Amino acid sequence: MWHFVSPEIVFGEGALDSLDELRGWRSTPGRALIVTDTTLLELGLVDRVRSRLHTAGMETHVFDAVEPEPSVQTVQRGRDVAEEVAPDWIVGLGGGSPMDAAKAIWVLYERPDLEPADINPFVDLGLREKARLITIPTTSGTGAEVTWAIVLTDNVEGRKMGLGNRENVADIAIVDPYMAAGMPPRLTADTGLDALTHATEGYLCTWHTDLTDGLCAQAARDILRYLPRAVADGDDLEAREHMHHAATAAGLGFGNAMASLAHAMGHALGASFHIPHGRAVSLCLPYTIEFAAREAAERCVNLVQLLGLTDGQRTGAALALADGVRHLVDEVGNPTRVSQLGIDRQLFETQLEKLIDDAFSDTQMVTAPRSPSYQDLRRLFLCTYTGDAVDF
Amino acid sequence: MDKGDPMGFEFPSDAWIKELSDHLNQSASYERSAKDWEGDFVFVVEPDEAYAETAYLFLGLHHGKSTGAARVESQDEREAAFVIRAPYSIWRKVIEGDLDPIRGMMTRRLKLSGNMVKIMRYPRAAQEIVACCAEVPTDWT
Repeated sequence: MWHFVSPEIVFGEGALDSLDELRGWRSTPGRALIVTDTTLLELGLVDRVRSRLHTAGMETHVFDAVEPEPSVQTVQRGRDVAEEVAPDWIVGLGGGSPMDAAKAIWVLYERPDLEPADINPFVDLGLREKARLITIPTTSGTGAEVTWAIVLTDNVEGRKMGLGNRENVADIAIVDPYMAAGMPPRLTADTGLDALTHATEGYLCTWHTDLTDGLCAQAARDILRYLPRAVADGDDLEAREHMHHAATAAGLGFGNAMASLAHAMGHALGASFHIPHGRAVSLCLPYTIEFAAREAAERCVNLVQLLGLTDGQRTGAALALADGVRHLVDEVGNPTRVSQLGIDRQLFETQLEKLIDDAFSDTQMVTAPRSPSYQDLRRLFLCTYTGDAVDF
Repeated sequence: MDKGDPMGFEFPSDAWIKELSDHLNQSASYERSAKDWEGDFVFVVEPDEAYAETAYLFLGLHHGKSTGAARVESQDEREAAFVIRAPYSIWRKVIEGDLDPIRGMMTRRLKLSGNMVKIMRYPRAAQEIVACCAEVPTDWT
């Protein structure tokens, strides 16, 4: 038994216009609290959303204090704002950080008896008594618009917290490619590669299902095809639209299965060396595919066939898949090994034990198609530094 | 129905949980994954069509080692930070590796009482415990 959860998804050009029809369901004319960051406010994207909500006759309020890697403390402030505003709708607008923050603020607004750390998948939350949630992504990568996962940082304890509950998935996700059309090339590459890692790991992880396989494979195929175009020419709106949809499809896929070892290692790398999430996980991905080859050969064959990848210089589906990923990462100008990030080898090695411990305590670790030992993980991290292929 | 290993340890018996405790104490992987863990467990085996009784198994766990194990008479006989309840047949699926315990908790087939956040920080330790369970030759009643 398993569950597949998803918001109602409004997608494609003009999807944002659907907000014109939004109505308050608890108050008249209805109030919306937009949870976002200052950059999106400056870029005018918040005003585009407000304009649509005003057309619908809604009263709007903005909480724009969400920082990258949002903190527990920020979310608690957002909850206080929500209690003052008493919104019918909470709107998470932005990349993964504002959308994650919006999910958490919504839960805490609904359940003031809870602390952020209490948001876990093993309990019934009883949401949707006070408000409902809309997510509007402005990047093409995170998939947070359709997943229930929430990542917060506790600034007091200095640690990241993986939270979430199936109930806190959005009611409506508005996936309008024009909201992401202004991304600069580096952000396009990092977020697009994050989506590729979601799609690939969602397909290969041990929690994959018949319902998630197709979404992951289609998303991976589109990302391989369209990401180089979107990075090379931000005005290529066909590529932008396919990437935006692929990121959401990948989110649905991995969000209803799981991510895996590349995320566990990438989270550890990102935390130690401040590497952007998508850059870190996609750097790790080819190495983890090579490592999984022995245990997940058939899954790799299937995925390689679905992606239309052919064997390169190395034989075997897993290696072809790893090479295909590595080629794309390189093609869009991202690093394929840690040494390219300018991180000193000695410094890297002093962090190895922490990297291993952090990766092992990551929830994504348990769904790896091949479970690494501590020694395996040490060797894997060293391969990500040197760029050596994984042959063990 | 497959009865498991007839020369094995009957589940859920005092001998079975003690054997699991011994396996955990021999597992370097478990020790590393749970090196900071503090918190004892009571596993409640609830009756179903395959098993007629309610059984309580205590497992003491501290800093990567098992500090003791016993079949006890009630949930309250030994103080434990965590209690996991499930019908006998669900426990069998977990022990035989057919049900990931975290996935089991997410679908409420295993019901956990205790600090959920703490559990979520030790997913690998849960995996290592299941791996040790699979090493215990088990005779299914």
